[in-house]
Amino acid sequence: MRAGTLSILAIFLCVAAAAQEKPHAFRGATIIPIEGAEIQNGVLLVQYGKILEVGTAEDVDIPSDAVVQDVTGKVILPGLVDTHSHLGDGSGGDRSAAIQPEVRILDAIDVRSNDFKKALAGGITTLNVMPGSGHLMSGQTAYLKIRPANTINDMLFCKDPLNDICGGMKMANGTNSIRSKPFPGTRAKSAAMVRQQFIKAQEYKAKIEAADGDESKMPKRDLEMEALVQVLDGKRVVHHHTHRHDDVLTVLRLAKEFGFRVVLQHVSEAWKVAKEIAESGAPCSIILLDSPGGKLEAVDIRWESGGVLEKAGVLTGFHTDDGITDSRLFLRSAAFAVRAGMSRQKALEGLTIAGAKMLDLQERVGSLKPGKDADFVILSGDPLSVYTHIEQSWVEGIKMFDRANPDDHKIATGGYNVFRTSVFLDECEGGAQ
Amino acid sequence: MRTRLFVILSEAKNLIKWGLAFVFSFFFFVSTSLAQIAVKGETVYTMSGAPIKNGVVLIKGKTIERVGPASQVNIPNGYKVMNAKVVTPGLVDAHTVVGLAGIYNVPHDQMQLETSSPVQPELRALDAYNPREELVEWVRNLGVTTMHAGTGPGALASGSSIVVKTHGNTITEVLVDPVGMVMFTLGESVNDNFDSPGTRSKSVAMIRSEFVKAQEYTKKLNEKDASKRPDRDLKLEALAKVLSGEMKALFTVQTAPDIMAVLRMAKEFGFKPVLDGAAESYLLVDEIKKAGVSVIVHPTMVRPGGDTRNVSMETAATLKKAGIPIALQSGFEGYVPKTRVILFEAAIAAANGLSFNDALAAITIDAARVIGVDKRVGSLETGKDADVVLFDGDPFEYTTHVCGVIVNGAVASETCR
Repeated sequence: MRAGTLSILAIFLCVAAAAQEKPHAFRGATIIPIEGAEIQNGVLLVQYGKILEVGTAEDVDIPSDAVVQDVTGKVILPGLVDTHSHLGDGSGGDRSAAIQPEVRILDAIDVRSNDFKKALAGGITTLNVMPGSGHLMSGQTAYLKIRPANTINDMLFCKDPLNDICGGMKMANGTNSIRSKPFPGTRAKSAAMVRQQFIKAQEYKAKIEAADGDESKMPKRDLEMEALVQVLDGKRVVHHHTHRHDDVLTVLRLAKEFGFRVVLQHVSEAWKVAKEIAESGAPCSIILLDSPGGKLEAVDIRWESGGVLEKAGVLTGFHTDDGITDSRLFLRSAAFAVRAGMSRQKALEGLTIAGAKMLDLQERVGSLKPGKDADFVILSGDPLSVYTHIEQSWVEGIKMFDRANPDDHKIATGGYNVFRTSVFLDECEGGAQ
Repeated sequence: MRTRLFVILSEAKNLIKWGLAFVFSFFFFVSTSLAQIAVKGETVYTMSGAPIKNGVVLIKGKTIERVGPASQVNIPNGYKVMNAKVVTPGLVDAHTVVGLAGIYNVPHDQMQLETSSPVQPELRALDAYNPREELVEWVRNLGVTTMHAGTGPGALASGSSIVVKTHGNTITEVLVDPVGMVMFTLGESVNDNFDSPGTRSKSVAMIRSEFVKAQEYTKKLNEKDASKRPDRDLKLEALAKVLSGEMKALFTVQTAPDIMAVLRMAKEFGFKPVLDGAAESYLLVDEIKKAGVSVIVHPTMVRPGGDTRNVSMETAATLKKAGIPIALQSGFEGYVPKTRVILFEAAIAAANGLSFNDALAAITIDAARVIGVDKRVGSLETGKDADVVLFDGDPFEYTTHVCGVIVNGAVASETCR
């Protein structure tokens, strides 16, 4: 099995080298660039992992040395962006404390997990992998690109995990983080604990500023405080699990008090407080569930949230929260939002550019524009149809998934010994939803 | 004084409340018993023949009066006319825990599994089903009109199921089949719930021992000498009904070894099981076919993990192609979402190798056959229950809406969802 995987990787790397040198043109498809109108009979031209040109057959000159792939009748979308995922068998904070901002999920991800192929089978090329929601603050998230990878560095968006911001900060409120000591027992206590920690971070930050570069006056290094100062400085975005309307407002209250940037995650009852969310300017990453409930806070989740948020003017995206919903069916989320009143354009943005903005990656991914990463998916038909399959997923000019390949087909449908790891659903341990 | 006034007021309130309730129930009674509805569909999938273009389904009272093309079916005066792009029979969920398991997922609304002992076939879903459960309304609004409701997986023998309609307020009103099936499970969920069994071999040994006892029990019941007959034993009585064929045995099993264990026991004790879940059934197509059993396939979108780690979205198609009778189900969910919806499970099956017609059959007529209620539901035919669903497009498309649901001739929903 492993030898097989390695040889497949080796093939990918060879193909990569070849594809990178020569331009590669995809001709004849309907291209949905997300930013800009749909293009019939379009051409997508990529080279060295970047998009060179996107346009109609008349507008784009295909270079004579280009490798040309005829994709007539297909649909091309940018690679999808999943703003909330638990793929890669990682876990964040442990039971020792409710607030653990120093913990990094990037230290715990298995890059060889077949999970990532599952995401590619769903057209997802960019992921925000998060620690769970069983803590008020369960650790730092990781923004990943699903490239051929031997180490986590091969997948990270950031260049240097020691000095760069490589993800956001996962926080949660409501019932998941209400547990026995040392965790909070009520919502009010949850908020108080978070506020206390941010006040401590403000003081730490003040000391650093007061030192004004004088090493001898600097406070002692503190990993927790360092991560929280990044949050206070707006460099590290908070991804906040929250469901109930009052919990959503609590998040917005704390974000205002401490001035941190926040993406609201799940937001089951967004439709009840859409106006307040819009006024705060916070984006929402929502999830599609086939039925409400399963936990008290998700009883009032509705498919209508997407449309309601759109009308209120909120930047709205989707996520899988895999294993809560299946990465391979990520397109469903947008389709059900449309079913319940969201516009097609905004729903497709919700799978791509909206998510990219939430991760501060809009210059790299989320739409098909010259200069952006050559991440795209080739679909058999309309992205919102159940009968449509993702045929190919390309990441930075490399074909990473091809449904025509029997092994990849099995990833898309499931089968014997395809997924060897279990899906975890324990909200406290690993933490989804 | 104040207290008395309060009592009087509250009594008056009660009087008004009950009065209103009476008036409403009267209207309800009148509207359902005298229902006269004509459902017109651009395409009517009757599931008892080819689809009808521009078809009409006439409903009188609780049953279907007539089905046919608009050119041949006159709509009598006074019939309420409902229009739709696509019309199908009410959907049939071949296995759900909805009604036993509630939306809140807190102990008081989770009645789908008793874990005090691994073998309790005497527990009846009949005594636990809540027709007013919010999730019942949720699935009904998405086209489900009939459900085979039973216990969730997790005990060797967990009880017997029932077949119910999704519209109505009491168990008596909604009941279609009070007998149902006796439900069994093999696999990791059982081993997780009990100290013993802890292994597959032990699980099978324990079930076999109980069936042996049930054989003895049956034998003694037939003693000529009444004094030699055994005391009534609800547990053995339920198992004896499986052995006699009076009740079917539904085995929730996912892995290939567990499926084989069921087929072995069925042969040993001479009963005909229904396989439920059956994630790895695609490995045993020939064996299952030879045994002549039906399969209620796991929800197409069930998560790959634990016993279902090898699940495939193409299994329904694989079994159907081999000629094995199949149905689809919403199954059991322990967390979020609290239930799956068969319309969506069938849609994913249809996108993964099952034909449109076979996918629709797996949640209508084929499902009705597997759970033994096809004389009443599952297709649009004269004399059958008036269970009808109205759609504004291809039922399986994500962006199509369910725009009307009729159960037993009563319009349960007219909102597009």
